[in-house]
Order: sequence, then structure tokens, then C-alpha cells
Amino acid sequence: MTRKQKKLLQRILAAGVLFTAGMLLPYLLPGGLFLPRLELAVFAVCYLLIGWDIVWRAACNIREGEVFDENFLMALASLGAFLLGDYSEGAAVMLFYQVGEWFQSYAVDKSRRSISKLMDIRPDYANVERAGQLVQVDPDQVALGEIITVRPGERVPLDGQVVGGHSFLDTSALTGESLPREVEPGSEVISGCINQNGLLQIKTTKLFGESTVAKILDLVENSSEKKARTEAFITRFARYYTPAVVIGACLLAVVPPLVNGGDFNTWVYRALTFLVISCPCALVISIPLSFFGGIGGASRCGILVKGSNYLEALAATEVVVFDKTGTLTKGSFAVTAVRPAQGSADRLLELAAYAEEASNHPISRSVKQAYGRPIDRTRISKVEELAGRGLRTVVAGRTVLAGNAKLLREAGVPFTPEEEAGTVIYLAVDNRYAGSILIEDELKADTTAALAALKEAGVRKAVMLTGDSFSVGQKVGTSLGLDEVYAELLPGDKVAKLEELLTALQRRNPKAKLAFVGDGINDAPVLARADVGIAMGALGSDAAIEAADVVLMTDEPSKIATVMQIARKTLGIAYQNIIFAIGVKLIILILGALGLASMWAAVFADVGVAFLAILNAMRALQVRQLAPQNNYHCLLT
Amino acid sequence: MKKTIKLVDLDCANCAAKMERGISRLEGVTSVSVSFLAQKMVLEAPEEKFAQVLDEAVKVIHRFEPDVTVKA
Repeated sequence: MTRKQKKLLQRILAAGVLFTAGMLLPYLLPGGLFLPRLELAVFAVCYLLIGWDIVWRAACNIREGEVFDENFLMALASLGAFLLGDYSEGAAVMLFYQVGEWFQSYAVDKSRRSISKLMDIRPDYANVERAGQLVQVDPDQVALGEIITVRPGERVPLDGQVVGGHSFLDTSALTGESLPREVEPGSEVISGCINQNGLLQIKTTKLFGESTVAKILDLVENSSEKKARTEAFITRFARYYTPAVVIGACLLAVVPPLVNGGDFNTWVYRALTFLVISCPCALVISIPLSFFGGIGGASRCGILVKGSNYLEALAATEVVVFDKTGTLTKGSFAVTAVRPAQGSADRLLELAAYAEEASNHPISRSVKQAYGRPIDRTRISKVEELAGRGLRTVVAGRTVLAGNAKLLREAGVPFTPEEEAGTVIYLAVDNRYAGSILIEDELKADTTAALAALKEAGVRKAVMLTGDSFSVGQKVGTSLGLDEVYAELLPGDKVAKLEELLTALQRRNPKAKLAFVGDGINDAPVLARADVGIAMGALGSDAAIEAADVVLMTDEPSKIATVMQIARKTLGIAYQNIIFAIGVKLIILILGALGLASMWAAVFADVGVAFLAILNAMRALQVRQLAPQNNYHCLLT
Repeated sequence: MKKTIKLVDLDCANCAAKMERGISRLEGVTSVSVSFLAQKMVLEAPEEKFAQVLDEAVKVIHRFEPDVTVKA
């Protein structure tokens, strides 16, 4: 509780005692002329005690010309009740209004705190050696390339590279991932992780301002700037609601008595009940709070959403477009078959490894990895890279061709083409076909489950874009049950394809959204073009964090379904609150106009509804049932 | 120039919306966002006018909620 809250609580309790005393007065004392005056005195003291600040603020605001101010309207309603002789109601309106304010402040504060606790990844200090002594300094004060020491249990304060020590890092606060990551000299480490067991010496590679932890905090803190359409609607609604209700109250007080000759007091009382419900507080607080909670809940699962507008778009997403490599597949190639034309497979693999030695292409690396023995570079004399075809290398005096079918066809070497989908390296020695090596990219462990979960979350169409060959694209597409596959696309083609898909979707349903999922490395234009750009495996990649609207800290595609479920749940809560709050207020307005709702009911409609809406909004923070099974951090709600 | 300013004890959501509207109408304000939940304001204004704009903005804030403490 803050000091402000404590003070208000004391006033509420004191006023509550006085109010109860005032209510019991008629039962304790004999009636008579003397009683109403005593009642007036008790309720007036109670009123002043609880509402002096509201009345004071109302007076100040009137001077500023701020008529539709909730303080003013509350003051007017309660003072009006006093003038009509309804002392207890006048005091009650103010008392319950303040009780409501207190609850709001308390509940909002609490959810604010639980959200910031989720994001409690800011390191407080860094240990560096200064003048021969290890001292604690502000992470801001650490220079680039300085060596920092991180003891077990401490948080890594800056991004860097391990130069000494061996340990396990707990990355769960960043990724939602429970499995600790093993690090040793040479490993890149990112700030925000917690060092579990060993002492680590880390050479910083970034300043604190550029470190992962600072970037993430900045992103989350600014996420409330990008507002959802629902929020904008509420702000607009709030602007017209108060004046409309106040004008309604004025008409209600004046018109019926003049037209029908009704009793002025009755109609003024009804008009005052209008004023009590004239604040749109319940909506103005609970809707942004729902979105804030949704974003907080997502970040607990290692998913950063850059604004509530993206949460809204995710809830309406019908088409998800995937990049293949690195998104659905691991992006690491592995040799799956070695088929020599004659001789042993080992010999062919050795030949391929020598031929590909000079290249750093992922495919070449996978061949060298499969070979697994050191390469004697003195045996390689001449390397020529043939763009889009392969390599021509002279190994121990013999010319080795290693590349695709085109390469061999152009060299006039007869060979047997492979039927299987995958990347194939054909090899020829001195223009005689030597065999082929099949290389494939593997699917990620949770890709299949992720696509099933997406369909369950309401995605109608899953599309894959790839620069890979048709046969590889088809193979992945059918094995995963994707709806559409577009292959052999250059980076520029991907944007064009995405635009095609966008127009097709918008023609069918203008409100539906399209999300693109990539690894954020070379698909920034596509990420930017989609309604929601999702980058995955972004931990430590600044480019991806910058380019995307939603950032998955781990590279699990199943997180996409998680964030969509969170989005849908959040939107659901927001709509519930809108309907509930507007509905109750409307009903009370109608009943109030008909004389069926007392001021008591009006106070409930104002304060009670706000309170219930806030409680409902806080549900958005609970992500337990949406989390993937293996994700303990998500489970701890 | 863009600056984030903490608004301690900002307690009323409707006031935050009114502050945002009021400040956005001030002369020299490029953009402003008042977040009731984050209890802060992001104010953008030309560098040379910033101090003056901020002064005006603080006046608007205190008009709607006098007990807010502004921390630049």
C-alpha cells in the first residue's frame, strides 16, 4: 500500500464508523424535532471527512472551466442529495465513491507490481576489476571489452563472451525455458540470465544500453504506447459518455416537471442518480489493464508483444505464413545419404569434404561435419566457385566437381539424377561421375504439434514460403499438412507473394489478419509488410527484435499458438468488460429515469462495476493453461 | 526530442486520458502518450522548445490530478 492509499483507507474507516452511527441514530434515540438535526450533523461531518478533497478539486476545476469532471459531478450529486434532505444517501455516495477509488488504486497497483515483477530482469550491478580490486559498479559504467565477473546466483549484467569458467545459465526469465544452458569459454552469453553454479569471467561485447536486457525492458515499457482499436474506442466513448449523461440529467430534472407538472424534488433526485453513474471509469481502467495483463502474461512465456494493437491483430489472425528454413525446420543441414557410383561411401564423403573445404555455405559445413576428420589443406591446390552451380576444386592433382545437376550437365558428365527431395550434391572426378550426397534440413521437434495447435486456435490457413526447391517444399508441406506451399522464391518474391495473400484474405474478410513468422534475419521486409510480423529465436539478435511486432525469445514454433491464445483470451476479457460495464450503466440509467433505481444502485453501478471489471481484467495475466507443457515458467502463475 | 517522464501517484485513468488530450493540444508538442498503467508520459517536442513545453505539460497534469509528482 502506498502512503496515499493508507491515508485514504483511514479516512474511509473513520467515515464508515460515523456513517453507521448515523444510520443507527433513529433506533437509538427517541424521535422528535431534535433527531433530524443530529442526523444532518453526523452525516455532514462524515461527508466532509470523506469528501472534502473531492469537493475542493471540483471547485478548482470549475474555475478552470472543466464542467464534465467526475469530481464535480460526484460533488454535485451528493450535495444535491443533502439539499433534497436525503442526508444518508448524500454521504453514502461520497463514501462508496471513495471506497471504489481506493479499491481501484489498490488493484491497479497490485497488477502493476505483478507485471513489473515478471519483467524483473534488470541487473543491479556488475562486478569489475578496478585498481586490482573487484568492485560492484552500475552496469551503465562498464566499458566495451571489459572483463566482468559473474558469481553463482548473480544475474549476467551485460552481453558478452565467456573468457573463463564453466557454468549453467538459467534463461527462464527471458525465454520461459526451464532447461538451463551450458556455457564455457567462447560461448556468447546474454544479459538477464542467471548464473547457476560456476564462476564466470565475461568479456563484454555491448554497452548496457545496447544489451539484450535493456532492449527488452525498453520494448515492454513502451508497449502501452501502441494502443489497440478497442482502447481507442473506449477513449472516444468516454469523451462523449459523460457529457451525454450530464445533459440527460439536466433534461430529466427540468423537462418532466414542466411538461407534466411533476414533483420537482422527485425528478431532481432521479437526475442526481444520473450524475453518480456519469464516470466511465470502469471502462477506462479495465480495458487497458486487460491488454497490459495480456502483454505481461505473454512476456512470462518468453513472448514479447510490442503493443496491444498487435495482440488485437493476433486474435483476428486467420492466415499464418511461415518461412521454412530456421522457422519450421532447424536450419541446420545434415547428410542423410551417401551414394557412391563405385567404391566406398567413406571415400566419396572424403572427396566431398575436400571439394567443399573452401566454402562456408551451410551445406558445405554439413558435409565437413559428416566427414568429421581433419582436412589436409596442402592437398587442395585450386578452388573455383561457380555461382549457382557449385565448386571446382583441384584435390591431389585431380579436378573435382561438386555441385548441383546443372554443374554436371554443363560439364557434360553423364550421371543418375536423384529422385528424392532434398539438396543433392553431385560429384565428379576428372569428368567421371563419382556419386551423390543427399542433404536434408530437419523439422523442429514441436513443428507438427505447433501447426495442430494453430488450427485449434482458429487459424484457417497455414502457408509456407521458401527459397528452396519445389521438391523440398512439397515434401515439408505434405508431411506437415500445410495448406499452401510456395517454393523457389527470392527474398523479393516473398514480399510479392505475401502481398498477394494479403489481398486475397482481405477480399474474403476485411477484418481478418495475416501473420508472418520468420527468423528475423533476412526477412525484415516481409515481417514489416504482414499485419503481424513474428520473429523467433530472437534472443540476442537485435535485428530481429527491431524488425518484428512480436518476438519469440526461443525458436519454438509452438509459441505462436500460445501467443494467439493469450491474444484471444485478452480480447475476450476486454469485450466482456465493455459489455458488462456499458450494459449495467445503461440499465441503471433507464431504471433511474423511471424512478426504480435509487442512488444506492447508482453507486454500485459506478464503483462495483469498476471493481468487478478490474478483477476480470487481471485474469489476462494468468497464462497457466495456455503454456506449453515443457514450460515451467509459464506454469508458475 | 523524446523523453519519458514518470508520473508518481497517477491514479485516475480518465484523468490520464484527459491529460493526454490536453497536452497534445499544447503548442510545440509533436506527440504525447500518457500511460495510466505504466504511470508515465512519453513527450516528444523540438529540442529547443522542450523545457518550455514540459512546463506547460506539467501544468495540465496538475490541473487534472494535483497530487501527481512529476519526475523527469
